[in-house]
Amino acid sequence: MSNNNSYLSNYFHRNGRALGSIGYFVLLMVIFLVGAPEAWIRPNLHQSVFVMMPTLIFLTIPLVFLVASGEIDLSFASTYAVAAYVFALLVKNGVDPAICLVLGIFTGAAIGALVGTLIVVFRLSSLVASLGVLFLLRGVILLLSNSRSITIMEIDSHWIYPLLVGNFYGFPMQIFWAAIFVIFCYYFFNKHVFGIHIQHVGDNSVSAEQMGINVNAVKIKAFMFVGIGSAIGGIFTTMITYTFFPTQGFGYLLLALAAVFVGGTPYWGGLGTIIGAVFGVGIIAYMEIGIIAIGWSGEWRQFFNGLIILLALLGHRLHGERVR
Amino acid sequence: MENIIELDNVTKRFGGITALNKASLNVTRGEVVGLIGDNGAGKSTLIKTLVGVYSPDEGDILIRGKKVNAWNALKARESGIETVFQDRALTPQQSIVKNIFMGKELRYPFGFIKEKEQIFEANRLIREIGFTSKLINAESPVGNLSGGERQGVAIARAIYNKAELIVLDEPTNNLSLNETQKVFDFVLNVKKSNRSVLFIGHNIYHVYDISDRFVILDRGEVVHQLNKNDISTPEELMKIMRDTIGAH
Repeated sequence: MSNNNSYLSNYFHRNGRALGSIGYFVLLMVIFLVGAPEAWIRPNLHQSVFVMMPTLIFLTIPLVFLVASGEIDLSFASTYAVAAYVFALLVKNGVDPAICLVLGIFTGAAIGALVGTLIVVFRLSSLVASLGVLFLLRGVILLLSNSRSITIMEIDSHWIYPLLVGNFYGFPMQIFWAAIFVIFCYYFFNKHVFGIHIQHVGDNSVSAEQMGINVNAVKIKAFMFVGIGSAIGGIFTTMITYTFFPTQGFGYLLLALAAVFVGGTPYWGGLGTIIGAVFGVGIIAYMEIGIIAIGWSGEWRQFFNGLIILLALLGHRLHGERVR
Repeated sequence: MENIIELDNVTKRFGGITALNKASLNVTRGEVVGLIGDNGAGKSTLIKTLVGVYSPDEGDILIRGKKVNAWNALKARESGIETVFQDRALTPQQSIVKNIFMGKELRYPFGFIKEKEQIFEANRLIREIGFTSKLINAESPVGNLSGGERQGVAIARAIYNKAELIVLDEPTNNLSLNETQKVFDFVLNVKKSNRSVLFIGHNIYHVYDISDRFVILDRGEVVHQLNKNDISTPEELMKIMRDTIGAH
């Protein structure tokens, strides 16, 4: 019996936060279903969510890695636009969109590496430093693009368009890419040395260093991963809308961060949940779109977003304080 | 006797403070060396330099007679040196198994972890070091363990890696008598298998009981070294320590 207890308690230690976030998601669905059944049954509500979710997933999941490593990054919302700008500008100049995609993602990784190096080497606060980079990069984008958007209708005829953001029996292709990304990240976080080292570093960086883990390298890689995720999100959105616009990504800043924490990843590092984050994204996406779908005015959206973040945080408190 | 590790005139400074001043120390195969000194003598700095957490500003580190460059914690572990740090170097929110294999995970190609093998080994190790509670298994978080059990996890790490030199930094601090005896048994087992231990302690009686040789450190300098044969009681060791530190 005691053996069972220990397995059960270990199971909850490992999965409690993900289960919590699944629980909130189910609760939200029930509330929608009961409160506005006719809106909930309409397929276009879910279709809109499916369009929004992949971008949010590309942004949120890498943030789980970074938050678990004990850092935070706000600059991703601008990296998103820089990568999209590089992509759109190159496509506009006749470069093969597949190459543009690779270069765009490379740009995101490079920005992540720079931000990470700046923070880690100079021991800056990641919150404040990345806030600085957020504004700095946004300024660079506005200056470079002259605050003008770029339309890239030409990608429609290239093979990467149907492959990445086309339609597959009514489902947007980016849903499948996001699903692959989630599965990859789940294994990367839980079963790969990169994810395990991230958890050790975020839990106690001194211990990790004493055990020979290169703490700075692990953190810089986590920042790079956030840059890569933001770049993918930015480029996908640009492809879906055929347009780069210089303010894009800003709207996702707080939503992606909210999804990380609503998803059950604690802010203090060492722990994180990929599955929880996916449901966190689901909660945020349904809140964003659901409020409008049930016929309430947009003003309520922020109110309920705030409410659900607070309720989720209070709920996750049940999983206990930080263990030291 | 072969030197497992040798520190040759190692100096380490932090800002304007010289924490280690031309310190030399060696550990040969199969011996237990006790490192003693007052608070602030530089024991901690010496240990952290020896195991690669700090890199020396001057002087050389030799592993089995060969000089090594760019010494760091990973290289130390790869050279067969495992350390049980004073703070145990654990990550309390992670499981016992993750802690035992921290930094030296069993891997498949491309960095994926052999999870089942690790859990099997960790369960075997925690039984070997005497965890009897059925509430604890390899996947239990370290944060739920007592001080002695945490020490056990840190020691299990050193056992698994079959280190040639195990550095124990204040291993008996805050332990019960029973737990202290377990640490002593562990040291004797290591010695029996012709491997070496560097034992750092405040408690002269503990250090005296377990060591073959003593190294006295004061204000960053190795001020005296003697064999256990040279003295007959811990009080004698304490007197020598007091005299050398006073004279220095």
